[in-house]
Amino acid sequence: MTGLRSFAVSLAPVLVLIAMWEGVARSGLLTPFLLPAFSVVIGRIWEDLLSGSLASAMALTTARALSGFSIAAVLGVSLGIVMAVSGAMRWFFDPIVSVGFPTPKIAFLPIIVLWLGLNDASVVAITALSPFFIIAINSHAGASGVDKQLLWAARSLGSKPGELMREIILPAATPQILTGLQIALPTAMIATLVSEMLTGVGGLGGQLLDAQRYADSPGLFAGVVEIAFVGTVLIRGVAFGRRRLLCWHSEGRAGATA
Amino acid sequence: MARFAATYAPLAILALLWELVSRSGVVSQYALPPLSTILAAWGDLLADPDYYRNIVASVLRGLAGLSAALVLGIALGTSMATWRSVNLTIGPIVQLFYPLPKSALIPLTIIWFGIGDSSKVFLIFLGCFLPISTATFNGVRGVERTLIWSAASLGANGWARLRDVAVMAAIPDILAGVRTALALTFVLLVSSELLISNEGIGFLIRIYGDGSQYPKMFACTFTVMLLGFLADRCFRRLSGHLLRWRT
Repeated sequence: MTGLRSFAVSLAPVLVLIAMWEGVARSGLLTPFLLPAFSVVIGRIWEDLLSGSLASAMALTTARALSGFSIAAVLGVSLGIVMAVSGAMRWFFDPIVSVGFPTPKIAFLPIIVLWLGLNDASVVAITALSPFFIIAINSHAGASGVDKQLLWAARSLGSKPGELMREIILPAATPQILTGLQIALPTAMIATLVSEMLTGVGGLGGQLLDAQRYADSPGLFAGVVEIAFVGTVLIRGVAFGRRRLLCWHSEGRAGATA
Repeated sequence: MARFAATYAPLAILALLWELVSRSGVVSQYALPPLSTILAAWGDLLADPDYYRNIVASVLRGLAGLSAALVLGIALGTSMATWRSVNLTIGPIVQLFYPLPKSALIPLTIIWFGIGDSSKVFLIFLGCFLPISTATFNGVRGVERTLIWSAASLGANGWARLRDVAVMAAIPDILAGVRTALALTFVLLVSSELLISNEGIGFLIRIYGDGSQYPKMFACTFTVMLLGFLADRCFRRLSGHLLRWRT
């Protein structure tokens, strides 16, 4: 009951905001081009839903975002762990990561397009590049922060390097690896959308830019709402996955939010 | 000096590999110009006042949007953490917009403000505002009550308690938010300039790319990397200075 009540309390400001949006749009203070009414925008989303264009654009964008993100996750976690284990790898990759991390990766999009063309491959590549360094840095920090006594104990009991990795380093680094993935996910989505806009390969980002080009503001606002929906679902999904994976860990039960 | 050389040697190795791969003809020099050609093109750019004008335009946009987000974000976050009513009314709206990938706002800010400075500044402000206010909110809310009580018992009034105790104690959290915001500033700045603009470093990357002047395009991309690197270094200096009281 309290859960329902707190939900109602948190819903109220959102409803007031929507009412204000509708009121301002209908009052004529702003032209419908600058601010189409909420009802008009919802009508457009409903149309997109019925025609199937919404589902296909969402599927396309989500697939691109998740495939790029998965590539970044596999490569980033691997690099982070390898850097934690091997001094030579750390020497080689440390300066690359410290230069790569603060670089806005999206600036490489024109170069990637030059190499791969105006297609899905470019979108996925820039989506993978954008969150890569955040994931690698967090995995490195997690894997190098493992309690040394655990490692010594396991070694003295005769663990081989593979077992050490599987049984001790990976589980101990998991919370921070997941933190890295959680922070990195929005970066991947931002890159997917921008690259869809720039390469004209459709998806939610491509539709949004088309709406802006054709001065279709209901379409534009509908697109922003649709993108917000996809963003919320993906971010909640990763947070949920984190809690499930960390149910053994004190932090998992506390219900960390990003 | 020797330490510096040892630290950055891997970058030199990469640069050498780049030059060799490009000169060897394994890939076309069109797609991967030799590093020396790019550096020469960068040298040409450095003699071109237009290059500096575009960098200054980008940097000013970024600074304006980020500063506005800093001031208003810290103010909102602190208010939300201090007054329950503010949190109850604004909190749900912040939560609603937080997961929106901010690049979706690029076309929106363009129909509102056109292709010039104001659309970019507003976009950066919108993108950075929520991370900063959320971080401030978490930080101020997490400040130890005993600190506030001590200040109160020493006679600090409400405003002083907020400004000199709560916000100061929340600085580590606020800085974490600012770091996110700084990265977002660069991403949104470059993205919006690449998409639709008439000046800025992202604009230069686009026109050199469209004009097939690839060495210059690479040089401008390196410029963005350098700016990002410098901004990160400045941020580290600043946070080291602000957090010098921590051991």
